[in-house]
Amino acid sequence: MTAILGGRLTGATTLHLEDEPDTRGRLVVVGNGMAGARFVEEVLERGGGEQFRITVFGDEPHGNYNRIMLSPVLAGESHEDDIVLNSHDWYADNGVDLRAGVRVERIDTAAKQVHAADGSVTGYDHLVLATGSYSFIPPMTGVRTDGGELLPGVYGFRTIDETRAMLAATGRCTRAVVMGGGLLGLEAARALQGHGLQVDLVHAMPWLMNAQLDAEAGAILRKSVESLGITVHLDVLATEVLGTDHVEGVVLKDGRRLDCDLLVVAAGVRPHSDLAVRSGLEVQRGIVVDDQLRTDDPDVYAIGECAQHRGELYGLVAPAWEHAKVLADVLTGTDPAAEYHGSRTATKLKVAGVDVAVMGVSTPERDDDEFLVISEPKRGVHLSVVIRDDKLVGATLLGDTRKVAFLTQAFDRGAPLPEERIRLLVDLSDGAAEVGVAEMPADSQVCNCNGVSKGDICGAVSGGCSNVGEVMDRTRAGKGCGSCKSLVKQIVEWAADGDLTEDPAASWYVPGIPMPKPELMRAIREHDLRSVSAVFSTLAPDGRDDAKSKMGLTSLLKMIWGHDFVPEKDGEFINDRVHANIQRDGTFSVVPQMKGGVTTPAQLRKIADVAERYEVPMVKVTGGQRIDLLGVRKEDLPAMWADLGMPSGYAYGKSFRTVKTCVGSDFCRFGLGDSTQLGIDLETRFQGIESPAKMKLAVVGCPRNCAEAYVKDVGVVAVGNGKWEVYVGGAAGATIRKGDLLATVDSPEAVITLAGRFMQYYRENANWLERTYDFVPRIGLETIKAVLLEDSEGIVADLDAGMQRSIDAYTDPWGQDAAEPATPGQFRPSLPLVALPKVPVR
Amino acid sequence: MSLTEERSTTAHVVGSVAEVPPGEGRTFVVGGEQVAVFRLRDGSLHATQAACPHAGGPLADGQTDVDVLVCPLHQYAYRWADGASTSGAAPIRVYPVREEDGALVVEV
Ligand SMILES: Cc1cc2nc3c(=O)[nH]c(=O)nc-3n(C[C@H](O)[C@H](O)[C@H](O)COP(=O)(O)OP(=O)(O)OC[C@H]3O[C@@H](n4cnc5c(N)ncnc54)[C@H](O)[C@@H]3O)c2cc1C
Ligand code: SF4
Ligand code: SF4
Ligand code: FES
Repeated sequence: MTAILGGRLTGATTLHLEDEPDTRGRLVVVGNGMAGARFVEEVLERGGGEQFRITVFGDEPHGNYNRIMLSPVLAGESHEDDIVLNSHDWYADNGVDLRAGVRVERIDTAAKQVHAADGSVTGYDHLVLATGSYSFIPPMTGVRTDGGELLPGVYGFRTIDETRAMLAATGRCTRAVVMGGGLLGLEAARALQGHGLQVDLVHAMPWLMNAQLDAEAGAILRKSVESLGITVHLDVLATEVLGTDHVEGVVLKDGRRLDCDLLVVAAGVRPHSDLAVRSGLEVQRGIVVDDQLRTDDPDVYAIGECAQHRGELYGLVAPAWEHAKVLADVLTGTDPAAEYHGSRTATKLKVAGVDVAVMGVSTPERDDDEFLVISEPKRGVHLSVVIRDDKLVGATLLGDTRKVAFLTQAFDRGAPLPEERIRLLVDLSDGAAEVGVAEMPADSQVCNCNGVSKGDICGAVSGGCSNVGEVMDRTRAGKGCGSCKSLVKQIVEWAADGDLTEDPAASWYVPGIPMPKPELMRAIREHDLRSVSAVFSTLAPDGRDDAKSKMGLTSLLKMIWGHDFVPEKDGEFINDRVHANIQRDGTFSVVPQMKGGVTTPAQLRKIADVAERYEVPMVKVTGGQRIDLLGVRKEDLPAMWADLGMPSGYAYGKSFRTVKTCVGSDFCRFGLGDSTQLGIDLETRFQGIESPAKMKLAVVGCPRNCAEAYVKDVGVVAVGNGKWEVYVGGAAGATIRKGDLLATVDSPEAVITLAGRFMQYYRENANWLERTYDFVPRIGLETIKAVLLEDSEGIVADLDAGMQRSIDAYTDPWGQDAAEPATPGQFRPSLPLVALPKVPVR
Repeated sequence: MSLTEERSTTAHVVGSVAEVPPGEGRTFVVGGEQVAVFRLRDGSLHATQAACPHAGGPLADGQTDVDVLVCPLHQYAYRWADGASTSGAAPIRVYPVREEDGALVVEV
C-alpha cells in the first residue's frame, strides 16, 4: 500500500484505505441503557474495537446516562448534565456507530438482520439485546386516552424524558398521587414533596417496600415517610383515573377519591421482551438465557433487566454489569469459557431520606434459623439479621447502615460470624475487636457498580494514591451510583493508616515539578534555565522528565525568556511542533491568519488555489472568522505554507488566537466605534503570544454584540462618545460566562494597553490550562482592578515591559519552518498504514 | 495478542539512526507491521506499534519521557517497559530496538 506513507489516493479524500475491506465481525447491540453501553465499554476494553464493527441502537435519542441517578435529578439534587455516562462524542471517538433515537422493530434471525423503525436493515454476526424494562401501568379505568396514550399528567418513572416532564409539571401542579410504595414510588414521592407538592402515596400491599422489608421494618419506614409530610394509604388499589383532558384525581377501590393534578405510576417494571417474542426467541418472564447469556438462537444474547437467567430477573444495575463483563469475555475471546452463575443482590439505598440496606431474606424461614432484631421505632431504626448454619443469609438495616460493609461481606462470601451475634449489628465498646473495614477480606467487593474490591483500593493506596479522589480516579470505585463512597473513604483511611494528604499537586503549575507557578518562575530565573530539559534536570525530582509537563514548561519558558529561550522539539506538543492542529484521523488543519476576520479577494484566491493544489478535503469557515483547510498531510505543511505566503493564524496553540469583529461604524448603521480596525490592531499587536490556555478576543461596535464580545477572554464593546468597555473572563464554550467589566476607557490605544496588561497578568499568574473564565473569578475582579488600574502592587510597568518583550520576540513559525525545518524529522509522516476513523468528505 | 505470548522474532534493519532525530518518533513498516521508533534525548531507543489502540492515533507524533509515551489524540499513556497503559487503555506492543554501527535494528 503506497497510498498512505507515500502517495495519495486520487480525488479529494482523507487518508484512509478504502480498498481494504473491513474484515471485522459485526456486533449489534439493541438498547443503549446501562447494560448495553457498559457491555460496549467492556468489549472496547478488551480490544474488541479491532475485532468488531459495533453498532448500538437506542430508542432514546440520548447518549448513555445513569438511570439510577434520575431520582436525584427529579429531586433537583443533581443536574441532568451530571448523569451522562457516555456522550455521543464518546461513541464517535471509539468508532462505535450509535443510532440514537432509533427503535429496533424486528429481528430476522435466519437472515441475521435487524430491522429498525427508520427503515434501515443492519446485518450482524452477534446480536446483543439489552432492552431493559418499561414502567408497568396497571389496568385502571381512564388511565389512557382513546388513542392509547397515557392521560396527560400521568407519568411512569423510567427515563430522562419522563423525569424532565415531571420536573416541568412541578411548576404548575400542587397535588400529586404516587402509585406504588416500592423503591421508585418512595423516591418519586419524596422528590415531588420536596418541590412543594402535597403528596399521597397509594400502595396495594400491607406495608411499604414489601419486596425487601418485613412488616415491622415496613411499619417503621412508613412512620419516617409520614413524618416528612407524605400521606400513606396502604393495602388499597387505585381503580380509576379521573379527568378528561388532564388527570384530576384517582378513585380507590374502597370508594375514596384523591384529587391530584399529577399522577406517577411506579407499580413495578416489566422486561422489554416484545421484540424477542416477535422474533421467535424463547421468552418467559424475560428473555431466557443460559450461563453465557445466550438465547435459544446461538448468535443472539440478552443482558441486563430484559434477561431471565436460571429463572431470575434482576431489577438492579450490578447484575447487569456482571452480565456485560461475562459476555464481553466470551465474545472477544478473552475468556471464551466465562460463565455467569447469578447474582446475590445486596442493595443499599437512601429511600425518601432514610438509609436502607437489604440483602437476602428478611425473615427466618426454617425452625433453626437464628433471627436477631433490634427495633427502635422512635428513632426510626430497625436492624435484623437471619443466620443459617452459621452463615448470614439475610440482613435488613433501616435508619442505621453503619454495619453494612461487614454484613455485605459476610453475605457475599460467607465470612465467619462473631460469636456474639449482636456485634453484627452494633459496636460494643468493651475493647473487643469490632467487625469493620479491617476484617474485610481483600477480595470483598466494595463498589458493586464497577467491581472494585477492598484489595484494589488498598493496592491503589500502596501504589501511591494518597487521597480519596486519587483512589477513585485510579480504580473507578464510587464512580457509579456513588452509594459506596463512604465505605471507599473508610477503606482509604484505614489503608493509608491516617496518612492522608491534601492533593499536593493541586497547587503545582505542572505535574512533574513540585512547585507552584511563582516559585517555579523564581527558580527558573535564579538558575538561568532556558530549556525544558534544563528545568527537568535542575528542578524535577531525580531530574526526571515528564511528558505531561513539557508543553506547560515550554509555554512558560517562552514567556519568561522571549528570544533567549532554547527550543526543544520534544518539549512541544505535536501541534506546536508542526504549527498545525492534529485531527482525529492524524492529518492536520491549516488556518492562515486573517486579522479581525477581514480578508481580500487576492487572499481568498490564494487560499482557493492552495486548497485545490493540495487536494484539501474540507474548507471550512471557523467560529473565529477564518478559513480552515482540513485534512492536510504533515509532509505537505511546509510547501502549503510557502504557497500561501500568509502567516500562521495560531489556531492550534495555547496562545492568543484571533479577534472576532463586527463590521462596526464603517458599514453598520448602529455602529458607535470602528470595531473592525481595533480588532485588526489588537491581532497585529498580540499575534502568536503564548499563554496558559487559548485566548480568544472580540470587538463589537455597539452593545448589540454581533461578534459576541461579552463572552470572550477579552471582549471590547464600543459604547459611544469614543468610549470602549473592556470585559475579561468571558466564555461561550463548555462553560458559559459573561465577562466582567474591567474598565471603560476612551480611546482604542487605551484598549490595546489595558488588554495587553491584563493578558500579561494572566500569563504570569494563571495555572497551566486555566482559562480566563476560571482565572478571573479565582483572583477576584476587585483584585485585578486594583492591580491593573490602580497599580496596587507596583507591577504595571513590569507587566507592560513583559508583554513588549514577547511581542518583540514574535516571528511567524510558518515562514521560518517552511524555509528550513527545525529538525530533519519535523515534517516526516507519522500516519500509520491502518485506516483511522473516517472524517467525512464534503 | 497478549503481552506475554511467545513469538519468534526477526531482526530487521529499518534505516539509519540519523533518521530519527533525538526527541522525535518516526513510523517504519517492518516485516509487515507498522512500527514507531523513538529516540529520546538521553539517546535511548524505543519501538512500539504505530497506531494507538484507542482510536488509531499516530503514536510517533506523541510526547515522550523516560517512562512513557503519550498519544497525541486523547493523551492515553503507555509504558516503554512493557506497553501497558498507565491511563486505562489497552496495552500496546513494544519491540526490541538497538543501534548497530549507525543502523537502526528492530526485532519484529
Ligand atoms: C428512577 C430509577 C432509580 C433506580 N435506582 C436504582 C438503584 O439505586 N440501584 C440499582 O441497582 N438500580 C436502580 N434502578 C434500576 C436500574 O436503572 C436498572 O436496573 C438498569 O438501568 C437496567 O439496565 P438495562 O440496560 O438492562 O436497561 P435500561 O437502562 O432500561 O436500558 C434499556 C434501553 O433499551 C432501550 N430499548 C428498549 N427496546 C428497544 C428497541 N426495541 N430498540 C432500541 N432500543 C430499545 C430503552 O429505551 C432503554 O434506553 C433504578 C431505575 C430507575 C428508573
Ligand atoms: S455589534 Fe453593533 S455595530 Fe457591530 S454589527 Fe452589530 S449592530 Fe452593528
Ligand atoms: S471544535 Fe471544539 S466544539 Fe467542535 S468538536 Fe472540536 S472540541 Fe468540540
Ligand atoms: S487514539 Fe490514542 S489516545 Fe485516542
